Amino acid sequence: MGMNVTEKILSRASGKATVSPEDVIFVNVDKAMIHDVSGPGVIKVFEKLEQKGINTDKLWDPSKVWVAEDHFVPSADMISAQNIVLLSNFTKKYGIEKHFKYGMGQYGICHTLSHEEALVLPGEVYVGGDSHTNTTGALGAFAAGLGHTDIAYVLLNGKIWFKVPETLYFKLNGKLPEHVMAKDFILKIIGDIGVDGASYKTMQFGGSGISEMVMEERLTLTNMTTEAGAKSGIIEPDQETRDYLASRGATNYNEVKGDSDAAYSKIYEYEAEQLEPTVAKPYSPQNISPARDLSNVELDKAYIGSCTGAKLEDLRAVAKILKGQKVKIRTEILPAAISIYKKAMKEGLAEIFLDAGVTIGPPTCGACCGAHMGVLAKDEVCISTTNRNFPGRMGHVESKTYLASPLVVAASAIRGKITDPRDLK
Amino acid sequence: MEPFKPVKSIPTPLDKVNVDTDQIVPKQFLKLVQKTGFGKHLFFDWRYDKNEKPRSDFILNNPQYRGSKILLTRENFGCGSSREHAAWALLDYGFRVIISSSFADIFYNNCFKNGILPIKLERKDVDEFFQTDSEIEVNLEEQTIKTKSHTIHFDIENHRKKSLLNGYDDISLALQHEKKILEHERNSKYSSL
Repeated sequence: MGMNVTEKILSRASGKATVSPEDVIFVNVDKAMIHDVSGPGVIKVFEKLEQKGINTDKLWDPSKVWVAEDHFVPSADMISAQNIVLLSNFTKKYGIEKHFKYGMGQYGICHTLSHEEALVLPGEVYVGGDSHTNTTGALGAFAAGLGHTDIAYVLLNGKIWFKVPETLYFKLNGKLPEHVMAKDFILKIIGDIGVDGASYKTMQFGGSGISEMVMEERLTLTNMTTEAGAKSGIIEPDQETRDYLASRGATNYNEVKGDSDAAYSKIYEYEAEQLEPTVAKPYSPQNISPARDLSNVELDKAYIGSCTGAKLEDLRAVAKILKGQKVKIRTEILPAAISIYKKAMKEGLAEIFLDAGVTIGPPTCGACCGAHMGVLAKDEVCISTTNRNFPGRMGHVESKTYLASPLVVAASAIRGKITDPRDLK
Repeated sequence: MEPFKPVKSIPTPLDKVNVDTDQIVPKQFLKLVQKTGFGKHLFFDWRYDKNEKPRSDFILNNPQYRGSKILLTRENFGCGSSREHAAWALLDYGFRVIISSSFADIFYNNCFKNGILPIKLERKDVDEFFQTDSEIEVNLEEQTIKTKSHTIHFDIENHRKKSLLNGYDDISLALQHEKKILEHERNSKYSSL
């Protein structure tokens, strides 16, 4: 029996000829990331270790570590500002050169930078101090989120324990129809398998529908594997992966693909032509419904942001709908990185947004995690391109968030009600 | 970390599925980085009303469960954000054991790093605990939960059990075995040394 792509990556990284699901292995990590929430947490762990007499003078390899400022920047208040100072002192002390600082050129949401800047490459083992680290698996890497203590351990030792996850394979047959996006597909999957449907498993995506998909759409799929409880999400590298990385200057890496007789614990098949614009209702990403069935839901806000829904492709989709239109409700667009912001300017998207009445904000996790930049008041109803709609996630505990694709969110912004983009006239 | 000793307590029954870390510690407290003092933020939006007064209808505010060291809850506990603050808050509040039929992966790992024992049981056993309202005793050494009438066995990976019983976090454990790891590395053809 052969190995699938995840097992192959993990076997290489653990120095074993073969690995199987349930094996506990000690793997060498290729890349690690912390941000302005996990970073200060890691710094605290370091302080505790120092008190115990453990030497924390050096990281395993500062060139393999990078730091993002994304959750509470531009500094939302005094404590956030202080945390940014903490991070800056940390990267200076340990000689971490890849520190993406807001207000100093390229910066943005950690997961967006991982692919925008080609910081992670196919075949690598990448861990980050954030649950949506899974996102980067779309590049053909093993990418998983860890807690602060685990990340502290990786930063010092360059290694971590993993139990090899079993893999669920999601096969998409055919190209997605015109008004359907990767977001609709992943919401449909989460609705089908539930928010713990992939607990401690890898979700792998493949099939002709995935081959047809551009990288930024693929990233939406792996990003939201987290919402199904997955350890990681992955897509085998192909020409699209190579082209995407080459355009970002990365050509030197060791691609890994699964064996033709690889085993999967379960295979799910979806027909692209049967998928439709889909929305997750409050308060769970698995609480899905066709967008059309919710056309009576009145909205107060539309939010286009986050690692899930503010990549360049997402902004292009929004612009397609908003061009020449006016929004009826408050609408915010927060591009996920400065590089995306710049491209949106260059392509004329920013002008379309501003003409439609939208406010464009700086790259930040912002209201996705309820931090700042448009959080919700009590009873406010929002439609959002983000990834979670738990109670209080985007603001007041009695606010409501509907999760949807950029197309659905843009169409809804025009109508002020949840709108299937196919129904816009 | 404190070595894990047997825990005897009435379990606090939190009868909810898919409790996410946004509910365990809401976002406004994530900026705080001290590991202690998070107990007061635990389940903040459920525990307090808009004037920050305790809500009498929330289980943690029921005097019967004051001082409880065991949290009893439903499947997929700890899903969502990877914030380790969730484990810090539960520990600081006083919980040393969480019983559920399943846990979210990152949260499950974070528990062990902070001296909390998450116990996975069959759903029927969890249901049974929800029906009873008396003291139980969790013994990690024996891997048992004792009630008045019977004893339930639970599974746990050996290295996790050992770490908790000795009060090791992974980092101290690795340091303890540093020599062995280095030796293994030197002999391995995939050595990174």
